[in-house]
Amino acid sequence: MGLLSKKDTKLITDPLADNNPITIQVLGICSALAITAELKASLVMGIAVLFVLGVGNVVISLLRNLIPSKIRIIVQLIVVASLVIIVDQVLKAFAFELSKTLSVFIGLIITNCIIMGRFEAFALGNGPWKSFLDGIGNALGYAVILIIVGFFRELLGSGTLFGIPVLGDPIEKTGVYSIGYENNGFMLMPPMALIIVGLIIWVQRSRNKDLIED
Amino acid sequence: MAVNTDKNSYTILFAVVMVLVVGSLLAFTASALKPNIKENERIEKQQNILYAMGINGNEGTGDITFVDAKKAEAKFATNVSEQIVLEVKDGKIINEMTGEEFANSEDTDKGIEPYLIDVKKQQTRVKEGKSRYLPLFISDNNGQKVYVAPIRGKGLWDAIWGYVAIDKKMVVQGAFFDHKGETPGLGANIKQRYFMDDFTGERLLSDEGVFRGITVAKGNNDPKNEDKDDYEVDALAGATITGDGVSAMIKKDLKLYLPYFKNL
Repeated sequence: MGLLSKKDTKLITDPLADNNPITIQVLGICSALAITAELKASLVMGIAVLFVLGVGNVVISLLRNLIPSKIRIIVQLIVVASLVIIVDQVLKAFAFELSKTLSVFIGLIITNCIIMGRFEAFALGNGPWKSFLDGIGNALGYAVILIIVGFFRELLGSGTLFGIPVLGDPIEKTGVYSIGYENNGFMLMPPMALIIVGLIIWVQRSRNKDLIED
Repeated sequence: MAVNTDKNSYTILFAVVMVLVVGSLLAFTASALKPNIKENERIEKQQNILYAMGINGNEGTGDITFVDAKKAEAKFATNVSEQIVLEVKDGKIINEMTGEEFANSEDTDKGIEPYLIDVKKQQTRVKEGKSRYLPLFISDNNGQKVYVAPIRGKGLWDAIWGYVAIDKKMVVQGAFFDHKGETPGLGANIKQRYFMDDFTGERLLSDEGVFRGITVAKGNNDPKNEDKDDYEVDALAGATITGDGVSAMIKKDLKLYLPYFKNL
């Protein structure tokens, strides 16, 4: 690897699996429940968090020696909040349809504990490049889980992926519906996201015994 | 670095500088993107009005689909044959203007295309004791005229609004509702096809010409909404206050148009 040293690579790959923010650190659960009924919303939320966390981590890291420790949480909040407002405005200007469906969730980014968690735990103590990689890594780790959950919820709940029917037509009874398959409306309810996340945690921990706490 | 970041004076200075920098950055972004956002909102209004008229990109029975944003302007121009503005005060029409008259007016409260009239501003004008401008968007389909009126009210959390298309007897031909922040899965479902479509065919006037409005009713007397003479549509589960808001804005805002339709 030319561009990234081994340590740097770990910053990106670790949060994808063995130190995943959702399944291992159990952060950011609220948005994972709220928006994963559709794959498209999961993907866009993942991208939005990628931007906010990547840029936010760099900003905090650059300011780390200047931020007075007494007001560091407020400073972090301001950084997140202004980045979120910028994302919201840009979406409204260039992807209006999308911003209408996402407007509720864009606001939720501010409350996403992964972001504050990474600022506090990593960016305040590391350089900008490392912080950037850490932000990207954690956001990707978050996005991966969101996309997995969104994939199963949309497929099993609505029989579609990205809004495109993949299992046939439930009303005309074509495709798998012709043999008696039914969409599971339950999958569209938020608790099912928690159950899918639980299953992911189960699979992950049974493959890597080190993750099991006693 | 030799800055003592624990000193109070430093903390205050940092906070002040931070607020200034962030504030101007956000102000800059907002004003730079404002024209784009305004344009998007303008197109959206046209799409909403066209939707209420029944001109949309809907396929099957699923989601609502507007006409394509790029074609909205042209479709709006061809389908909305006439825009008029009624000036009302105390339940009486004191002036009737064509869209051009209103748009070309020198008056600062006028001078815009009628479809850009902000219903919220008009509601405030009434509270200030002024007259209210009511726009109507008319489509002429082989002599069958359809009139679209904007309405606005309160949901559970924030504003709700919509466009209702009615014929000259004030029978609903189509409706579109939207909201700012109703609960997803509950009140937000006023934006769903199955709710909006229920309004089509409902009457606003009794046989005697008295304004009855349409109530979003929880009675479950007519869950499939086959009875079009009951002045009721079936409510959404778990969204009582949003539903009441829809009933209220229909009754309040559409009633204002009654004198106009009585004289047609």
